[in-house]
Amino acid sequence: MGVKSDMKNKNNQDTFPGQVIPGGNGGNIVVGVLDQIINWSRSNSLWPLYFGTSCCAIEMMQTGAARHDWSRFGMEVARPTPRQADVIVIAGTITNKMAPVLRKLYDQMAEPKYVVAMGACAVSGGPFYYNSYSVVRGADHIIPVDVYVPGCPPRPESLLDAMIKLQEKIKTFHNSKRKNPIEGFDEGKVG
Amino acid sequence: MTNSELQVLVSSWMDDLEFIDEGVQYLTVTVPKENLRDLMFKLRDDSEAAFDYMFSLTAVDWGKNRGMVYHLESTKYRHIIVVHVNTEDETLDTISDIYPTAILNEREAYDLMGIKFTGHPDLRRLFLQDDWVGHPLRKDYVDEANMIVK
Repeated sequence: MGVKSDMKNKNNQDTFPGQVIPGGNGGNIVVGVLDQIINWSRSNSLWPLYFGTSCCAIEMMQTGAARHDWSRFGMEVARPTPRQADVIVIAGTITNKMAPVLRKLYDQMAEPKYVVAMGACAVSGGPFYYNSYSVVRGADHIIPVDVYVPGCPPRPESLLDAMIKLQEKIKTFHNSKRKNPIEGFDEGKVG
Repeated sequence: MTNSELQVLVSSWMDDLEFIDEGVQYLTVTVPKENLRDLMFKLRDDSEAAFDYMFSLTAVDWGKNRGMVYHLESTKYRHIIVVHVNTEDETLDTISDIYPTAILNEREAYDLMGIKFTGHPDLRRLFLQDDWVGHPLRKDYVDEANMIVK
């Protein structure tokens, strides 16, 4: 039973951050900090928007498929529309022609919204950093990025780790410090 | 048809053709740009050649001039020929009426290499934005705003 107590101490994602008191008559009473409960539900139900523009998309599909299956961690259904998505996974090269599309999709997402830059191209331009006339040197020139995943392409384990890192970041959110991440981004403010 | 048989056939049509048949997989013929369309019509319509399928169109920047490389195959006889043509002034006759698949290929070659195809029905850029200046796959292309040269 040592395993079970370890799980409890580790602030595991399955641990509900509050106390449920059976109220009888079919209703229960929940006691907890509202921020923590909101963060817990947000981080365990991340709906990703697939933005696969090149080979990283294959690894992303693999991460969502049966062998790695990221819905084990709460990144549930992949959305084809930004209106229903919480996190956009930029899996691939962003070209100058694609950049306005990425920005438009990001602007269409409902808050709170998060960005994962997957692979060398989305992080920095990667293999196209030198001598390229068309590639944006990193998706963070266009939208604010929360988690960077290096690799060319990253293995599914790397992407899973990044998504878990994003969950940890979401768990630190405080409603009093709420802010649209795009605010001031175009003027050069980061964070 | 073997490469040497093809060479005999093609060289019987017109002069001014240069052949390379050693050290290459396919028979390669270099044609002056004035005779490009004549040769292409012959290659497609001749019953023994019957090159009905253009499977590759390539633009090449040789440095001093630019040129095109056309790979043709016959789906009837399964033989293949490579046609080279060079141009000094960046204009060439289109072959998009002979092989309609070249409509898009020539648009791409124009977009990235800047070769102008006279007679092409719709010579616009294919991949780059319409307001793009220059042709980025040329050897002498410079773009100080976007390119980090190494």
